[in-house]
Parts: sequence; C-alpha cells; structure tokens
Amino acid sequence: MLRDRINGAARHVPVWLVWLSLSAPAVWYVWLGLTGGLGADPIEALEHALGEVALQLLVAGLCITPLRRYLGINLLRFRRAIGLLAFTYVALHLAVWLVLDVQIPAQIWADIVKRPYVTIGFVAFLLMIPLAVTSNNLSVRKLGPSWRRLHQLTYAVAVLGAVHFIWLSKGFQIEPLIYLGVILGLLALRVRVPRRMQRARVGS
Amino acid sequence: MANRWKNTLRERDVTAEAQFLNRRQLIGGVAGAAGLGLMGAAGGAWADTGGLEPNSWEDITTYNNYYEFGTDKGDPARYAEALTIEPWSVRIDGMVDRPGDYAFEDIMARMTVEERLYRFRCVEAWSMVVPWNGFELADMLDMAGVQSGAKYVAFETVLRPDEMRGVRRPVLDWPYVEGLRLDEAMHPLTIMATGIYGRDIPNQNGAPLRLIVPWKYGFKSIKSVVRVTLTDVEPPTSWNKSNSREYGFYSNVNPNVDHPRWSQATERRIGGGLFAARIPTPMFNGYEDEVAALYNGMDLTEKI
Repeated sequence: MLRDRINGAARHVPVWLVWLSLSAPAVWYVWLGLTGGLGADPIEALEHALGEVALQLLVAGLCITPLRRYLGINLLRFRRAIGLLAFTYVALHLAVWLVLDVQIPAQIWADIVKRPYVTIGFVAFLLMIPLAVTSNNLSVRKLGPSWRRLHQLTYAVAVLGAVHFIWLSKGFQIEPLIYLGVILGLLALRVRVPRRMQRARVGS
Repeated sequence: MANRWKNTLRERDVTAEAQFLNRRQLIGGVAGAAGLGLMGAAGGAWADTGGLEPNSWEDITTYNNYYEFGTDKGDPARYAEALTIEPWSVRIDGMVDRPGDYAFEDIMARMTVEERLYRFRCVEAWSMVVPWNGFELADMLDMAGVQSGAKYVAFETVLRPDEMRGVRRPVLDWPYVEGLRLDEAMHPLTIMATGIYGRDIPNQNGAPLRLIVPWKYGFKSIKSVVRVTLTDVEPPTSWNKSNSREYGFYSNVNPNVDHPRWSQATERRIGGGLFAARIPTPMFNGYEDEVAALYNGMDLTEKI
C-alpha cells in the first residue's frame, strides 16, 4: 500500500537530510543575489523568495498532523526541523528587509508601528521566538502538556503570515488568498467534532 | 511646437546605451568620490549629479509593472510579446474639434520626437532613470484641437484578453484607465514615449506609445494607450477605483506624504545590486521648479 511505502521510505530519511535540502533554497537565493542572478532588484527578489519559502514551510508543518490522522502517513519526525527552518526563513526574510531594504533604523521602527502588514509580519516573527527556543527535547519534557498548548501558536503564526502576504499585495491577487485558504483548511481539519455530536449525526 | 523643455543635465546628444555606459564610468568615479563627503549630509545633491545616470536597457526592459501581463515584475518581459502593436491607432474624442481614430504612423509623422532623460519613481519606492524618446502630449492634443470647456484628459490602455494573459484575473478593473488635469497634460514635461535609448519602446514598457508624467508616481504613466478623451469632469483612474484611500487622482511624488503601506521619504534606485543604498526622494521627483506652480494653493497632503 502506498501509505506503508511512504512510511517505510520516510523512516530511512535522516532528519539532517531534511535540514540540508530545505536550507538549500536560502543558500541558492543568496548566491544568486550576490552574483546578479536575481534580476534588476535583487533585494526585493530575495526578500520575497525567503518570505514565500517561510510561508510554504509553515504550511508543510501544519500538514503533518492531518496527514497522520486522516491518511496514516507519519512524518512527525521531521516536524521540528520544518518548524525551525520556517523560523530561520522568517528571520532571514526579516533581516533582508531590515538591513538591505529599509536600511534606516528610524524608518524601520516607523514601518513596524505604522504599516499594518509590517506589524502583522513582525508579530508573527515574535510569536515564533518562544516556539523556536522550546524546540528541543529538554523543553518538551520540562513543559509537559503546556508545551503542546504553547506550540499551538503556530496556528496564529501561519494565519498572520498569510494575512501579511495578502495585505502587501497590490490589487486583487489570487496567490496570497490561496495560501490563506489552505492554512484555514488545515486548521479546520484539526477541529475535533465532540463525541456526542458525532453520535447524533450517525443517529439521524 | 516641440522642444519646450530641456534636460538640465547636459546629456542631450545621447542615443546608444554604449555611449551612456562610457559616460557612466566617468560620472560614477566622480560621484563616488564626492559621495564619500556628501552622503548623509545633503540629500538634494545626489539627485542633481550622479543621480541621473540612466539605467541599463536590461533593467528598464525586464523590471516592469504591467499587470495586464501578470503581477510579477518579470511577467511583462516574458509575455508582452504576444501583444500586436501593428496596426495601432489612438481614438481621440470628447471635447475636441477633430475627434477620430488617429493611426500611429500618422501621429508620428506630425510629431517631433525628442530625447528626454527622466527620473521614474514607482509608488513602491523604487526608481530608475530612463532615456525616453517621445513627443509632447500637448502637441498631440493640439492636433485634435482641445475645446475651451475641457478640463481633464482621460486615457485608456488597450484591452485584449487573447493577448494579455494577466487580464484573465481581476487584479484591477480592466481596462486600465488614467487621467490628468488639462494643465498637467499640456505641461512641456508631459510626453508620450515611443522609444527608449533611441530604439522602439518594447511591448513590456507600453508599446507603441505610453504616457510619461515624470513628477507623478509611475502608475499614472499609462501604457499602450488606445484612447484619449477630453472631458470637463475628473475621470476615474484604475488604482483609485481599486483603493481610493491609498491612491489619489493626483499621485504626485511627495516624500512628505506616505502611502499607507510604504514610506515615500526614500527610494531605492534600481541597478545598485544587493547592497544598493536608499536615496532621498525629492519633491515632485526632482521637478519641483517646473511643476510646483501647477498646484499653487492646493493642499498636497489632502489632494494626494
């Protein structure tokens, strides 16, 4: 069966390989930027590319639980790497924006305060910090059940990330709306219908 | 009556990009040395010296906002080839003495094409310097004979869903429309551009003719114009219809009035690579002396 084959194959994939392959786009984009491969405005291109990969990794992270619950595909082993990589891409995206794009410290703060799409993106980054800091076995053990609750912040981060994308787009654009739709769909899959209601539905 | 305005920069005999490049090295050397002392201290000095070296043909023709071909900056260069620009005609109508469809060749035969080296400032806070070839809009309007009651000029971009893949998506309310007050349209700085670097203007830049209003944000400079209408009421404009809070009818370059999503105080000149420094944006994009009088008595923080 396909599921067993995927699970079997996934068991043989070392986590470091996920780290390596998902870091590759960042290295590649920076290399292109330095060597003139990102077109007329490499700053904007790099900023957008890093932001988009970050959003894709957040979506990938949200897929792990539904994949296991509904399809029996277990990729749980890779979730920490995907989450930390998403944080890394967000941090790089922010760094490019700060250092290469806006440049002027006073204007950076003004943008964070005055521009809602920047505020939202920045809040999402801040929310990811405690998640990144507690992405280790020690924290999982120490925090116990509250670790799970803390890491549900990912849901908010993903939604904020998609809204950030929608808000910075000019005109009516489809792509950012698709991201938000997919994220909301993945979150909806997590809503457990209470037992009683399930039974009521079966009965009717 | 052409040649009403001359570049303040002495770059008038310029045609080929190679010539520009030679000169750029010279200017770059001087500006670089001077820049060490000037940077940070005097913003204005920048725009008047090394600031006006033109961007490369490559930058100008591969980094475009022309949403009819897609929203990515590279889309117009990839897909605009599909647009048929021959034959082409411009319908000039409304409050004119001689309304009608004017063939592009007939217009060109009657216009004086000049070189204009202009700053181009996008509302997204990036900028270029472009050596346009074109004629003054005033001459084209005179050709049709503007009637005395006319107060505004409305413009419309061609709309061909078969050739413009971007219009399948409702990014904006197609066709793209823009407008100017008549005195802005008649201003000698306002041109219809038909070329860049002495070559025919490429499709992605708005072939075969597009408006250039250098003291306004780039989106006012409507591309691939098929209709020009003289009217006595302020015409609708595409971005204003899409988001009136962010885009006003005037949209003059103004570093003191921020776009809600971008500060307009500074800009990034395209072509500087990954470490390009931001430069201050001058009032009216550096054309304050020429155009400020058009807005005497107007509150420019109100009339955006």
